[in-house]
Amino acid sequence: MKYSEIMVRYGELSTKGRNRKAFIGRLNGNVAKTLHDFPELTIRPKRDRLHIELNDLPYEPIMDRLSHVFGIQSFSPSIKVEKDMDKVREAALELMDRTAPKGVTFKVQTKRSDKTFELDTNGMNLALGDYMFDKRPDLTAQMKHPDVTLRVEIRREAIFLSTETVKGAGGLPVGTAGKAAMMLSGGIDSPVAAYLALKRGVDIEMVHFFSPPYTSDNALNKAKELTAKLTPYGGRIDFIAVPFAHIQEEIKAKVPEGYLMTVQRRLMLRLTEAIAHQRGDLAIFNGESVGQVASQTLQSMAAINDVTVMPIVRPVATMDKTEIIEQARKIDTYDLSIMPFEDCCTIFAPPSPKTQPRTDRARHYEQRIDVEGLMAEAMAGLQINSIRPGQEFLNQDQDIIAELL
Amino acid sequence: MIYFDNSATTKPDSGALDTYRTVAEQFFGNPSSLHKLGDKAKAVVEQSREQIAELIHAKPNEIYFTSGGTEGDNWIIKGTAMAKRMFGKHIITTTIEHPAVRNTMAQLEDLGFDVTYLPVDSRGFINPDDLKAAMRDDTILVSIMAVNNEVGSIQPLDKVADILQDYPTVHFHVDAVQSVGKGVMDLIRNPRIDFLTFSGHKFHALRGTGFIYAKQGRRIEPLMAGGGQEKDWRSGTENTAGIAAMAKALRLALTDEDKKVAREQAIRKEITEYVESFDHTVIFSKLTPDFAPHILTMAITGVRGETIVHAFENEGVYMSTTSACSSRSGQESSTLAAMNVDGSIAESAFRVSLDEDNTMAEAEQFKQAFKNVYAGFMRMRA
Repeated sequence: MKYSEIMVRYGELSTKGRNRKAFIGRLNGNVAKTLHDFPELTIRPKRDRLHIELNDLPYEPIMDRLSHVFGIQSFSPSIKVEKDMDKVREAALELMDRTAPKGVTFKVQTKRSDKTFELDTNGMNLALGDYMFDKRPDLTAQMKHPDVTLRVEIRREAIFLSTETVKGAGGLPVGTAGKAAMMLSGGIDSPVAAYLALKRGVDIEMVHFFSPPYTSDNALNKAKELTAKLTPYGGRIDFIAVPFAHIQEEIKAKVPEGYLMTVQRRLMLRLTEAIAHQRGDLAIFNGESVGQVASQTLQSMAAINDVTVMPIVRPVATMDKTEIIEQARKIDTYDLSIMPFEDCCTIFAPPSPKTQPRTDRARHYEQRIDVEGLMAEAMAGLQINSIRPGQEFLNQDQDIIAELL
Repeated sequence: MIYFDNSATTKPDSGALDTYRTVAEQFFGNPSSLHKLGDKAKAVVEQSREQIAELIHAKPNEIYFTSGGTEGDNWIIKGTAMAKRMFGKHIITTTIEHPAVRNTMAQLEDLGFDVTYLPVDSRGFINPDDLKAAMRDDTILVSIMAVNNEVGSIQPLDKVADILQDYPTVHFHVDAVQSVGKGVMDLIRNPRIDFLTFSGHKFHALRGTGFIYAKQGRRIEPLMAGGGQEKDWRSGTENTAGIAAMAKALRLALTDEDKKVAREQAIRKEITEYVESFDHTVIFSKLTPDFAPHILTMAITGVRGETIVHAFENEGVYMSTTSACSSRSGQESSTLAAMNVDGSIAESAFRVSLDEDNTMAEAEQFKQAFKNVYAGFMRMRA
């Protein structure tokens, strides 16, 4: 017995009214992007369901990928059977033999969209239920909370059988809430913030500041690898690396130590805003959490936020560190985040940054550097990569080493 | 030439040697260095660790690299003694352990630890009831080998583990040096076992490599203090090439394990049954399933084991008296003594130890050699 398709049920769509079509279209695109390396699949979006025809591919890796895609409520691997009751009975028994252990309770649940089929819903339920009792006397029928539900869908083209339903990631299809720039450091918080943005359907692109030669390729690759970890939720993510070393040198030379951090952050935010404008992003997301470090006191946020009127969304703003860590572990970014590579935020960090910087001071010190010129230079040096699910950046020797072992 | 001394050491696998050479040439950086070469070397060590963990059904953070079996045994036993000395000073082991365990215990006895040595029966097995009787409130460690290196008896570790379920804080160490590729993985991966010792050169890796398994959450004190490698547990710059070669050798050793075990069993049976048909012979390693497939210890009575080893050498067959480690010191076999084998018979003992590369054709040649050697000794006797 082989599963012929995976049937995907949409999540949170019933309230979308006329936008429904756009949502389904977007989800379809995201699923296709997530499964980009399985070209044999046929993906067919319908009004109520998305059908992924396996065309003989094994279903487990596909299911694994799907479980991450936002906007999916649940999905089931199904068998397609032609509309011949003998064949339906045979396939149903085979499916039950494989997925329903001895002695469990079950029910048959039929949905009929093809009203021309010889049996109606009840007829089908009875026909398959009776047959199952004959062949599998160990099973007991139970209508409320059975162990196994044999789902039967009678559609125009065929009949589909399934017994397994896997919960999807929920949320909204990435992209349905617009596009935003996500400030991604290498730390624990920003990947979690990115995940939460994706969950609400925001199509993000990563903005990462790097400072060679003060920071290593490893730091940059770590940020890319973190990005790759987040791609299964919505598909490809653009990664924009912003060269920041020269700006940091200038600030270090001209701004008093207490305001180094504040001015650096102001420049980061200006640059992110410039990138957002250039690329049509509607907002900026970051991983700031209130009170966590000096740059994240409300005074600091105010002094930094002063440079832009673009909406800044902080998904983890009110989460405790332990909550953020827990979430990071769930999305498997934690172990990567704690890898000890210096990043641009740590190399020029003053020993005691002001926790209550004044906005007017920050403005004043900023005038000592050539903001426009430095920004233009950084913008000219942007490195943009598209990162896809399954890509690896840190262990590029892995295959070579695997050969040796 | 027939090499029947695989329990002493195995010939390094040519693929593992290739890996050694490649890694030593291309990944020569210090895994602790921050630069790219260091990263690459570190990646080799960590990928090897992952592979080894997967092969023995453990987690990567439960594998620590050592220089071999002796270090592993010393470390786990002394490391436990140091880590748990405030909880008690009683240790239980057996009378048939390898000197790496036995002599470590003797050192601890000098330091005031109290060691109970479990006896074995005439076939070379401990009785789990003896363990039960020996357990005390101040027991901190039980150390029992999986496969005896001298006669091949496979100790009843599952029963030991059952008993130790009632003593969850006692460390349970198993010397698994003779166990790789011998069909006993299920036995040594009993969930109650806390520590395992492995040695690379017993499975076609290189001398000077080895690893231990230490169950997550169990702590031992380090023997090697220094630069903090291996999460501070075992300092010393990692033997990157040796580690990679060991990971490869382990993979090869465990590939088609069942087939290899069956082949070794068939050869051992062939030789055993042949030798048994002669009058003045004694077989210590039985053909029952509680003996490892690769070790066959026997005796030609009235002839010293050393003489037998040399006589076979003249026939092109290489093997050992009962244990290669003690054969040069002229000591009689400690395992056979523990089995209450009469001293005059024990000193006649010799050991054939096989591995997957040995063939039935070699068994036939061995039989021919045995016939010649035996006839020679009988002539001298007459």
